[in-house]
Amino acid sequence: MAVTATPKLDAQKLRADFPIFEQPIHGKPLSFLDSAASSQKPRRVLDALRSFYETSYANVHRGVYELAERATAGYEGARETVGRFLNAPSSREVVFTRNATEGINLVAYAWGLNNLGPGDVVLVTELEHHSNFVPWQYIAHRTGADFRMLPLDDQGELRLDALDETAGDGRVKVVAAGLVSNSLGTVNPVDKLAAWAHDRGAIMVCDAAQGAPHRVVDVQTLGADFVAITAHKLCGPSGVGALWGRLELLQEMEPFNLGGHMISRVRLEDTSWGEVPAKFEAGTQAIAEAVGFAAAIDYISEIGLEAIEQHEHELAAYALDRLAELPWVKTYGPPADRRAGIISFNVEDIHPHDVAQILDGEGIAIRAGHHCCQPLMTKLGVAATNRASFYLYTVTDEIDRLVDGLHKVRKILT
Amino acid sequence: MYREVILDHYKNPRGHGVIEDADAEAEGFNPLCGDEVSIYVSFADDGETIEDIKFSGRGCAISQAATSMLVDMTKGRKAKELAELPKDELLEEIGIPLTPIRLKCALLGLGVLKVALHRAKGTPLPQEWAGLDELELK
Repeated sequence: MAVTATPKLDAQKLRADFPIFEQPIHGKPLSFLDSAASSQKPRRVLDALRSFYETSYANVHRGVYELAERATAGYEGARETVGRFLNAPSSREVVFTRNATEGINLVAYAWGLNNLGPGDVVLVTELEHHSNFVPWQYIAHRTGADFRMLPLDDQGELRLDALDETAGDGRVKVVAAGLVSNSLGTVNPVDKLAAWAHDRGAIMVCDAAQGAPHRVVDVQTLGADFVAITAHKLCGPSGVGALWGRLELLQEMEPFNLGGHMISRVRLEDTSWGEVPAKFEAGTQAIAEAVGFAAAIDYISEIGLEAIEQHEHELAAYALDRLAELPWVKTYGPPADRRAGIISFNVEDIHPHDVAQILDGEGIAIRAGHHCCQPLMTKLGVAATNRASFYLYTVTDEIDRLVDGLHKVRKILT
Repeated sequence: MYREVILDHYKNPRGHGVIEDADAEAEGFNPLCGDEVSIYVSFADDGETIEDIKFSGRGCAISQAATSMLVDMTKGRKAKELAELPKDELLEEIGIPLTPIRLKCALLGLGVLKVALHRAKGTPLPQEWAGLDELELK
C-alpha cells in the first residue's frame, strides 16, 4: 500500500552524510546555524565531483573523443536534472550561471537594457536581498526608469494592498521579489505578485536562492517569468547556479556575456548568436560543479522537499519558543506558521558581531550583519541582526546550545 | 578575546561624547558589521597638541573599546605624530589576536582620527585610510 503522508526526515541520521560534522570546532561539536548563507555538502556530492574529475573530465560541446562526450553528457544531464527539479517545460529554458546573483544580473542587463526607459517602473520589495535589488536599481538608473520599493508591514510581510499605490500611474515593466527572505524567513506570495505583474504587462523575476533548497519550486505554478537559484545553498558546490526563463523571452533577449560557445557565426562585420541556452553560456562553464549541482538535487529530492520544509518549520517554531524564554532577545519577522527556517534576532545592547564571536567559541556558527539587506535593516531600525538558519541536517539540540550560548554572551558582556 | 581590559573599555568608554565646535572631526562606518564611529578633536593654543578628544558611535565591543583605548593613547600628543601613529601601536594596546574581519572593527577609530586630522591640518593620509574617507565618510 502506498503511504501518502509526507515521511518525516531523520536529521540526526542525515548528519552522518556530512563529513564537516566529524570535526570539533574550538573543541566543541559543530552547531552549524548558517545554512541560509551556504549549506554544507554531503559525501555524495563530493564523491560526484571527484568521480567526474577522475573519470569523465574534458571540456564540453567541442571534442569528438570519448571523454569530451562523457563530460558533455554529464553537463547536459545536469541541465535536465535542474529542469525537472523546477518542473520546467523544457530543459532548454535552464541557463547555467555562477550563482543566483548572476542569473538576476543576466535578466537585468539582457532584458532590462532593451526594454526599460523613462516612464517605466521597476518594482522591488523592502526585504529584497541586494542580489535582486542592486542590479535593478543600477539598470533602472541607466535607462531612466523609476525604481520603487513595495513596503513591508510590521510583521515583515509584503503589503500587497500597497501595490497599486506604489506603482502609481507609472508603466510597471518589472516586478522583482524573492521567494523566501534570507533575513526574516518570510515566504512571499510570488504567485500573487506575478498575477499582478502580468495584469500590468510587467515581467516577474523571482530570486528563489533561499526558496529552492527548502520547498518545492514549480515554475509552472509559481507564475514568474524568470527564476534564479544557486547550487551552494542546496548542498551543491559553490560557483554554479541556474536561471530558468520562459523560452520566448530568452529567445528575444540579447546575450549577456560574449565569447566562445554562445555564437552561431562570427565574421569581422558582425556575429550572430547561438541558440538558447548556449546564447547565455559564453566561455567554459563550471562543468564539474554542474554535475555536483545535479547530485545535490538528487540528494535533497530523495529526502523530499516537503519533508525538508516540514522539518525546518518545526525547528523554526521550536527556536521561536526557546528564544521567547529570553526577555532580552528580540526576534524579527512573521510567526512560525508563515516563515521558513530562518530567524533574525538581537540581544539587548549587544552588537551581533560580539554575539557571534562568543558563540563561535562554543562551536556555534551563526551569521551576524546586515545579511545583504540594508534597506530592510533600515526599516527594522537596526544596523545588523544575528541570524540562525536551519537545514535538513539541523537538530533541536543545536538550538538548545544556541540558547545556552546566548546566556553566556549576556554573562560576559553585560 | 573579550579579555578584561577590552570589556572595561567597552562598558566604561573613555571620552565618550561630542565636542561642539570641534577643531577636527570625521565620521566612519564599517560596512561589514555596521560599526559607526565619529571622532571630535580640539587643539591646544599651539594648534598642534590634542587638548581634548571625544568619540561617539555604536557598534561591536571591539570597535568601541578600541576607540576608547585610542582616546587614552592620544590625548596630549601632537597632530603630526598621530597622523603617523602606526597601527601596531594600537593593536599592541588591544593585545588580542584579531581575525581580518575584526581587525577592521579595531582600526575603525584610528582611521577616522587620521581622516579628521588630515582634513583639519592637512597631515598626510596614506592610501589605505583614504579609501575609508572616499567610500564611507560624509
